[in-house]
Amino acid sequence: MWKSIWGRTTLIAVLTVASIVLVLPSLTDILPAAWQEKSPKISLGLDLQGGVFLRLAVEIDKAIENTTMRYADDARAILRGKGIPVLAMAKDGIEGFSLTLPPGEFADRALRVLKEEVGTIDYTLGSVTSSTATIKGGVTANEVQAIRTNSVSQAVETIRNRIDQFGVREPQIVAEGENRIVVQLPGVKDQQRAIELIGKTALLEFKLVDEGASVEEALKGSLPAGDQLLYIKNVEPQTGRITKTPIVVKRRAVLTGDSIKTARVNFQSQRGGAYVGLSFDNRGARIFDRVTAENVKRRLAIVLDDTVYSAPVIQERISGGEAQISGSFTPEEASDLAIVLRAGSLPAPVKIIQNVSIGPSLGRDSIEQGIRAAIIGATLVVGFMLVYYRLAGVIADGALVFNILFLLAGMSALRATLTLPGIAGIILAIGMAVDSNVLIFERIREELRSKKTVRASIDAGYDKAFWTVVDSHVTTLITAIILFQFGTGPIKGFAVTLSMGVAINLFTALVCTRVVFDYLNAKRPMQTLSI
Amino acid sequence: MLEIIKNTNIDFMRLKKYTFAFSGSVILFGLYAIFQIYTSGANLGIDLAGGTALQVRFEQQVHMEQVRQVLTDGGFPEASLQSVPRENIFIIKVSGKREEEKMVGQKVVGLLEQGLPSNPHIVESIAEIGPAIGKKLRTDAIFALAISALAIIIYLAWRFEFKFGVAAALATFHDVIMLVSIFFLLGREMDLLFITALLTIGGYSLTDTVVVFDRIRENIRLRKRGTFSETINLSVNEVLSRTVITSITTFMACIALLVFGGVVLKDFSLALALGIIIGTYSSVFVASPIVAMWRGEKMVQVRR
Repeated sequence: MWKSIWGRTTLIAVLTVASIVLVLPSLTDILPAAWQEKSPKISLGLDLQGGVFLRLAVEIDKAIENTTMRYADDARAILRGKGIPVLAMAKDGIEGFSLTLPPGEFADRALRVLKEEVGTIDYTLGSVTSSTATIKGGVTANEVQAIRTNSVSQAVETIRNRIDQFGVREPQIVAEGENRIVVQLPGVKDQQRAIELIGKTALLEFKLVDEGASVEEALKGSLPAGDQLLYIKNVEPQTGRITKTPIVVKRRAVLTGDSIKTARVNFQSQRGGAYVGLSFDNRGARIFDRVTAENVKRRLAIVLDDTVYSAPVIQERISGGEAQISGSFTPEEASDLAIVLRAGSLPAPVKIIQNVSIGPSLGRDSIEQGIRAAIIGATLVVGFMLVYYRLAGVIADGALVFNILFLLAGMSALRATLTLPGIAGIILAIGMAVDSNVLIFERIREELRSKKTVRASIDAGYDKAFWTVVDSHVTTLITAIILFQFGTGPIKGFAVTLSMGVAINLFTALVCTRVVFDYLNAKRPMQTLSI
Repeated sequence: MLEIIKNTNIDFMRLKKYTFAFSGSVILFGLYAIFQIYTSGANLGIDLAGGTALQVRFEQQVHMEQVRQVLTDGGFPEASLQSVPRENIFIIKVSGKREEEKMVGQKVVGLLEQGLPSNPHIVESIAEIGPAIGKKLRTDAIFALAISALAIIIYLAWRFEFKFGVAAALATFHDVIMLVSIFFLLGREMDLLFITALLTIGGYSLTDTVVVFDRIRENIRLRKRGTFSETINLSVNEVLSRTVITSITTFMACIALLVFGGVVLKDFSLALALGIIIGTYSSVFVASPIVAMWRGEKMVQVRR
């Protein structure tokens, strides 16, 4: 008997020391650095730390559509270069387009030329009438698939880039399923800014203004071929009122954000506003040089996500590859714009389908309330056990302390995330932990009532209650595991603390309490039992 | 020994007329409630139905009427409002029926800023859930409930014979439906945390039931005389102390959570606390009578 008692006690002592070592780093800061750093810690969930959780859906269809139109533009440019005129261009679903040519041998020549140049499009001859011939182009299935997979991974990278520049401590950006991205920003303070930063497509385009087009006609719906109607956004600095001025531009951009090498925020001393300075890469600088040289005195519209920020007049040829975007920005707006320009535009628009933002104050309150509820709950339970089961109650309460300690240690070891429902799970586990003791003690009382000796009653109690205790734990574990599988973040936290608390309880209720009874009885055989 | 419940001799089985009637009507009502919820989406939290929920804390006291006026003027007359008066906290919910409204949260914040400019506020949390995600979470929740049910039946079939297993499973379903009915009646919201509470209570209620069944099985082994009903009565009386006290201890933990745990967990802890009471009731008054009625009065040995 003594050997088994010492054996079990040693095991418990070792586990206790290990647990204390594991738990301390999560609770205090006063430890030597090496211990603090390398030890795994419990991390706080977003609902306790504050932060942002976003689920985004990448509009892949839009990406495919955009790419298709780009191919269509390229095709038209190629044909124009070979002297084949294109009368009209139209969309044909999301994966195709059609080019209308004048009748005659143009169509055949065009098909030959296009088939040579471009491998990712299937070209076929469409309808031929006396006045027109149509060529249909469709993006190949392989290319469509490539766009699908690349859009999401590219979006993830771009978002990661933007967030890194924004400065969030431990962000998590993960692709989910076929077209979703989950972003978690723990502890981020400026939540609305961060969300806008992530959601912005940030497609920057430079488009020439079509000075010859009539804005009134465009507003009524008739646009010259190859043109587009956009709006200049003007924010009045005093009132903050936003006005929109229509403007007609050429649809094909001469330069896009892809050609930007870097962007920075500068301040203009006279008007006091902030503006964003851009530097183009070599190819971009060359194109910019050519465009400005060919279009002096025309306006060049700077378009971001289909909104015109400004359309300054090109005064002279600009060969230095530098440009600037001004538009009554606040310093934060300019900074955010610079971030998205540096990180690059998203390959397709993203839609925010789920957004949970928790402010830091709520997080702190939740922790406080959770801990308070835990202490009060534990006190109630401990008190009850003492009053109802006396000495046995004391033993059960001691086991409860070990239960909580081992639970926290287990969570540290697994680097588990503590959430608010997780704290509820701990409190529930406390309530359920003493249930095992109750089952055993009630059984012992029953045995004592039937006049067995103390020794026999204790043994019979533990033995007979064993399967009942196991059953009660298994049933709770089954549902906890299912919850873990299907639950979202905070609920997973609940499942983790509840299942760990309950599983550890098997050990503390059956082994830890029993060893104390055995010890007391071995030291001096008890005639009566305070239970 | 301090004993709250000593040597009771309650004839539980005779009460089964009344308890069956009571439970039966609750279940009928519950099925009606579930149908209502399914078709009209009433009582569903935003994580199951989609929508926007904000928790806002004002610096000074605000009347609910003021907030409602601001929201109605701003175009959200159907928003639901809940307040935690002592702390000037308001919970504003806009249902997800408005398709594809972007940035509803920000709109509401803007309205509050403009409408109540003299009373600054902090936005403690915003949750915006699109309808597609709400649907996905709803499906996941139902799936989880179904799998739990299956797992429970399989486990019980292994531990006891089939009829006991089904009886225990029925008792658990009874608990779940009763909880849903009560929440429906109270007009309280059911969200993912509520589903979590349902699953947890399901697992927990089972342990009570297993305690009783264990004892029934033992008594059948020991005594060959008497009717089945008598044995069940005896068994339940014998374990009554155990059943009630384990429920008391867990209930105390839930009460602490309910009273002190804060507004975010309020509905969750209420569901748990109620669920514990219901679970105890069902183990005694639902599971055992079902076994008796089904199995007949012969004292046949329980397998295993």
